Amino acid sequence: MAVRRRRRPRPQLTAGTTGAHWAPSELELSRRAWRDRRTRRSTLVAVLSTLLFAVAAYLAVTSAPGWPRVRATFFSWPVAVDSFPEILRGLWLNLQVLVVGGVLVLVVGLLVASVRTLRGPALAPLRIVATAYVDLFRGMPLIIVLYLVGFGFPALGLEGMPTSPFVLGTTAIVLVYSAYVAEVFRAGIESVHPSQRSAARSLGLTHRQTMRLVVLPQALRTVTPALLNDFVALQKDVGLISVLGAIDAVRSAQIIVGQTFNFTPYIVAGLLFVLLAVPSARLADAVSARARRRQQSGSLL
Amino acid sequence: MRRTPPLGRSGRARDEPVLELRGIVKAFGAHMVLHGIDLAVDEHRVVALIGASGSGKSTLLRCAGLLETVDDGQVLLDGEDVSDPRVDADRVRRRLGVVFQAYNLFPHLSVLDNVLLAPTVVHGRSKAEAREEAHALLSRVGLAGKAGEYPDRLSGGQQQRVAIVRALAVHPRVLLLDEITSALDPELVGEVLAVVREVAAQGMTILMATHEMDFARSVADTVAFLDGGVLLESGPPAQLFGDPEHPRTRQFLSRVTGAGRS
Repeated sequence: MAVRRRRRPRPQLTAGTTGAHWAPSELELSRRAWRDRRTRRSTLVAVLSTLLFAVAAYLAVTSAPGWPRVRATFFSWPVAVDSFPEILRGLWLNLQVLVVGGVLVLVVGLLVASVRTLRGPALAPLRIVATAYVDLFRGMPLIIVLYLVGFGFPALGLEGMPTSPFVLGTTAIVLVYSAYVAEVFRAGIESVHPSQRSAARSLGLTHRQTMRLVVLPQALRTVTPALLNDFVALQKDVGLISVLGAIDAVRSAQIIVGQTFNFTPYIVAGLLFVLLAVPSARLADAVSARARRRQQSGSLL
Repeated sequence: MRRTPPLGRSGRARDEPVLELRGIVKAFGAHMVLHGIDLAVDEHRVVALIGASGSGKSTLLRCAGLLETVDDGQVLLDGEDVSDPRVDADRVRRRLGVVFQAYNLFPHLSVLDNVLLAPTVVHGRSKAEAREEAHALLSRVGLAGKAGEYPDRLSGGQQQRVAIVRALAVHPRVLLLDEITSALDPELVGEVLAVVREVAAQGMTILMATHEMDFARSVADTVAFLDGGVLLESGPPAQLFGDPEHPRTRQFLSRVTGAGRS
């Protein structure tokens, strides 16, 4: 997006900038003409090859012997229209899990990362627990954590144990994603140059004040692009709570599929998730681009 | 160069130095950097550490600023042994001002907030009062118009002047300057040294490591020559630069002044 806006810088020396009129030389004019020709040629080649590929793919798929059946069972417009309201209602639950889970992941992840950077022998148990937690939940497939939390916790039969798939599913997702996000935060904290800590401590700031006022603000700025990327991943993984029986977009689609024996609702749910992810992905791109520009302009530190 | 201490500043007439280093030893792993350094900085005096890169000047300053723990010896601030592990180092560092070679300004804070951080957070001064003083200090170093800027918008010389103001804003007992002009382009060195000269003239107690021999000669009351982690000799600049006792000192001085004049 940002790339498209940035055009090749052309020297535009007019009376305003140097006080003297400047006309490009013959040599420069011929170079520009060559560059323009080359640009036009590569654009043409790109368009042609894309068209060719699209037509070939279309022909390959539609000429397949099973295509009419696939079209009827996966891409049926009437089924899509019928199932849409139900799936959209389900997506509302996904959105709730996303918002609640996203906030909790940030809080828990930051907490775990901070614990891992604590020093002092008395805090060793805390550090070990945090490290073990990260190792465990980064390695465990999300679906297994969902089963363990979703079916294991209620089976304990403890007083006050929530049984709602929404709560249990969100818990499982927060457990897994916080482990990832904790590592992102930790990388950010460690990327802040030690001289910044020296400067803060030399002013009399305590370890905690240094962390809160000097290190974390800089770390957050560094890791924002990575966090947004994890958010995009989270957006589609909230669809997995359907395995616990929560009536979300995926589960709604599944119910309709069961009734109609037509898979189009899955495609509808899938496209809705894609639509959800696109704005966040573009935001992540924009934020990364901004961070890159900032880094390049402020290279002294 | 003698300065008359301004009246009413810190009041107490003391015989003991503000900062005293006794037998400082520091090693990084197996590498001995400081082999027992003794050095005293009296109130309102400027002491300059000179010596080749790697001679231990920066490490000595970091030890004095309690940014490194010493492996032996004592750091005394106003007579108190602050290298004692039972002393709360955070409370001691509040009474020190450190300026680093690479400025180390906080890039996420504006110039003003860089200066305000310690006075408000550490010293609990009111924001309004601290801000007034910060503006006064910034205009004293010629940066009145830059308070709202972020550090990466400033030149190296401007950043270093902000760093000096940041250190002064906590009213330190002693200012530790660690080769503060070494990272600067040559044409920016002067503006930073002018600020240090003025701060010294107003009676600040200063311990500095420097490669600027002319500056050390004109501003310091005492010049100390470090060589391989040993303090070989120290004395008034006229004596140390004019008639050094030690052959190593003579060698070092002829090398740096020779390089400066070629």
